[in-house]
Amino acid sequence: MNLPNKQDILSQHPRSEDRLLAILHDLQKANSDNALSREDLQLVAAHLNVPLSRVHDALTFYSMFSLRPRGRHVIRVCDSPHCHLGGSWSVLEELQRLLGVKVGETTEDGLFTLELTSCLGVCGVAPVMMVDEEMVGNLTTERLQEVLARYREGR
Amino acid sequence: MKRLDVLVCSGTACVSSGSAELKDSLARAIAEAGLGEEIRILETGCMGPCELGPVMLVYPEGTFYVKVRPEDTQDIVQEHFLKGRPVRRLLWEGTAPTVKEVPFFARQHKLVLANCGTIDPERIEEYIARGGYEALARAVSELSPQQVIDEVSAAGLRGRGGAGFPTGKKWELMRQAPGTPKYVVCNADEGDPGAFMDRALLEGDPHAILEGVAIAAYAVGADRGYVYVRAEYPLAIQRLEGAVEQARGMGLLGEGILETDFCFDVQLRMGAGAFVCGEETALIASIQGRRGEPRPRPPYPAESGLWGCPTLINNVETLACVRHVLLGGAERFAAVGTETSRGTKVFALAGQICNTGLVEVPMGITLRELVLDVGGGVPQGRELKAVQIGGPSGGCLPQELLDVPVDYESLREHGAIMGSGGIIVLDDTACMVNVAKFFLEFTADESCGKCVPCRVGTRTMLDILNRIAAGQGIEEDIPRLTELAETVRSGSLCGLGQTAPNPVLSTLRYFPEEYEAHIRDRACPAGVCPDLVHYAVLPDVCRACDRCRQVCPTGAAQGTAGKPPYVIEDKLCIRCGACVEACPFDAVIVRPGRKG
Repeated sequence: MNLPNKQDILSQHPRSEDRLLAILHDLQKANSDNALSREDLQLVAAHLNVPLSRVHDALTFYSMFSLRPRGRHVIRVCDSPHCHLGGSWSVLEELQRLLGVKVGETTEDGLFTLELTSCLGVCGVAPVMMVDEEMVGNLTTERLQEVLARYREGR
Repeated sequence: MKRLDVLVCSGTACVSSGSAELKDSLARAIAEAGLGEEIRILETGCMGPCELGPVMLVYPEGTFYVKVRPEDTQDIVQEHFLKGRPVRRLLWEGTAPTVKEVPFFARQHKLVLANCGTIDPERIEEYIARGGYEALARAVSELSPQQVIDEVSAAGLRGRGGAGFPTGKKWELMRQAPGTPKYVVCNADEGDPGAFMDRALLEGDPHAILEGVAIAAYAVGADRGYVYVRAEYPLAIQRLEGAVEQARGMGLLGEGILETDFCFDVQLRMGAGAFVCGEETALIASIQGRRGEPRPRPPYPAESGLWGCPTLINNVETLACVRHVLLGGAERFAAVGTETSRGTKVFALAGQICNTGLVEVPMGITLRELVLDVGGGVPQGRELKAVQIGGPSGGCLPQELLDVPVDYESLREHGAIMGSGGIIVLDDTACMVNVAKFFLEFTADESCGKCVPCRVGTRTMLDILNRIAAGQGIEEDIPRLTELAETVRSGSLCGLGQTAPNPVLSTLRYFPEEYEAHIRDRACPAGVCPDLVHYAVLPDVCRACDRCRQVCPTGAAQGTAGKPPYVIEDKLCIRCGACVEACPFDAVIVRPGRKG
């Protein structure tokens, strides 16, 4: 992703501080490593005319932003009471096995990062995970394999 | 008008269960049968019983189908649509022919959720056809702002987000607050685990929220507003975005609303994964592009909110109630519920209960009616032990208190809270120490870290609970927990810390014997805490089938095939439960207490 593209993203947002989270979301999504770079933060700071430290300070509060490179797709497994009772821990174990990574890590091919999330609010189909913006419920080993395969094939 | 309307639920849960594929398959089957002219398919918001998804409704008769797969669509079209015979195997429990006969729905009182699952949320025309934006029209053309506030006050509407503050009073304070501009914010940062009524409303009836926001803005004199939605709800964000566009297009938002001089517009803001942002001062900070940390109140947002300006913050469900107050009148709204808690409340039922999902009931209903009648009670063979109500900051009420009415005051009096309306039913297999630990883990994790009592206090309480669960508890732990709870409650800035001790306090209050068993007897009566149980084989029941030995990952299950009984070597056992699951004769049991 190169500079002009990012300028395009920035130009869609008025230079108002209440746009900060929205800009960070958009920039992060545009990066193939699902993370924000130092240059990104500088761009945002310049766009909003605030100190770099302000941008850094804000973004590090939120669990969805990352300064460390992540995989192309972020898998977030819900570990709230419902999902926990529904067996999210075994789903997590299975995912770790299938991906060969632990929570917080990225697969070697750079395709997936595995994370935990708080309740996704689709408790009726627990256990649930979110892959990027797709909600996947009623997780079983087969369902996991099918979803991972789909993302590996590029949807 | 078509002969049949087929409503396919397309809430997030049903989408995840395959409702999109179902809809495509239905459309194909209908086209193949040449019924395209007679039957209309609609995608709606959440219908409630998410566990049974994908669900669909066929009108005019109201046939309710559950767990419908694409493979079933041929049968539905051939049998039902062509011959008028509902497909029995897809009905609720195989019997209830129409939605009116499903007990789960029959006992509900749908007001706020009435449009959810019955209209296409992406078409403003459908909302308008159901009386949508009439309340706003009435407000801006017939009522003065003060009259709107008076109606809301007379209706006795209280905040549905947890604290239950009177909405009319909040609006009144806001109206009187000096300073411009004034802001209205819809708090859609629903984060309580197990509560998803706001998601259902945002996805299933987004215009109702926008209408509520606009009416609030008119009443308090605001000209701009925000809806702050958590990023974990992409579908809700998408539907809201669409709704805002449509409402603007029809002159229901923007300049000169409904040809009056009332101007108001709303923008969406997305969170980024922080539970505490549901707290109003944290939410304000987050909209302003700051860390979502709460700050001391006063000043309340009504005096100093967004950029120091007067800001009204209401929860999604509260705002969804507003149009009903103005449409049916305050009296009609207040006729439902109790003296102090008027109207209905949406609950998310979950846990060890037959019917889970989203339900709307009159306030003042007893827990018994809610859990046993609407929820269908605990599954057969189990015993109800407690009802955890109010989310992670809620409390656990024991079975003896099932006749407590569900209203703000009664729940608080008994150590629980209305909270956002999450209800988890626990049966006799639940360990209350473990339950308390689980919820405290959540709040300790989500503590933003600003106040010491919350940051350190919840952590210390959690350490004590962990010790108790591990069999290292001491007698002094109980008074210490109570003392810490009081410090955390009184010393924290925001609702998160102030209510975090509730799960611990309520379990200590109603289930002291379980704590004592963990501490004094080193036993977990429910057989949950791994360090306080042991596994044993019932010698008379064991048939020496060898299954337990085969699945045991550590070689703790020992014996020779054909020579009963087997034994579990306690030193090797890791309490994984594999042998209990594998035993076809139920010979392996979990006993409270350590071996010996």
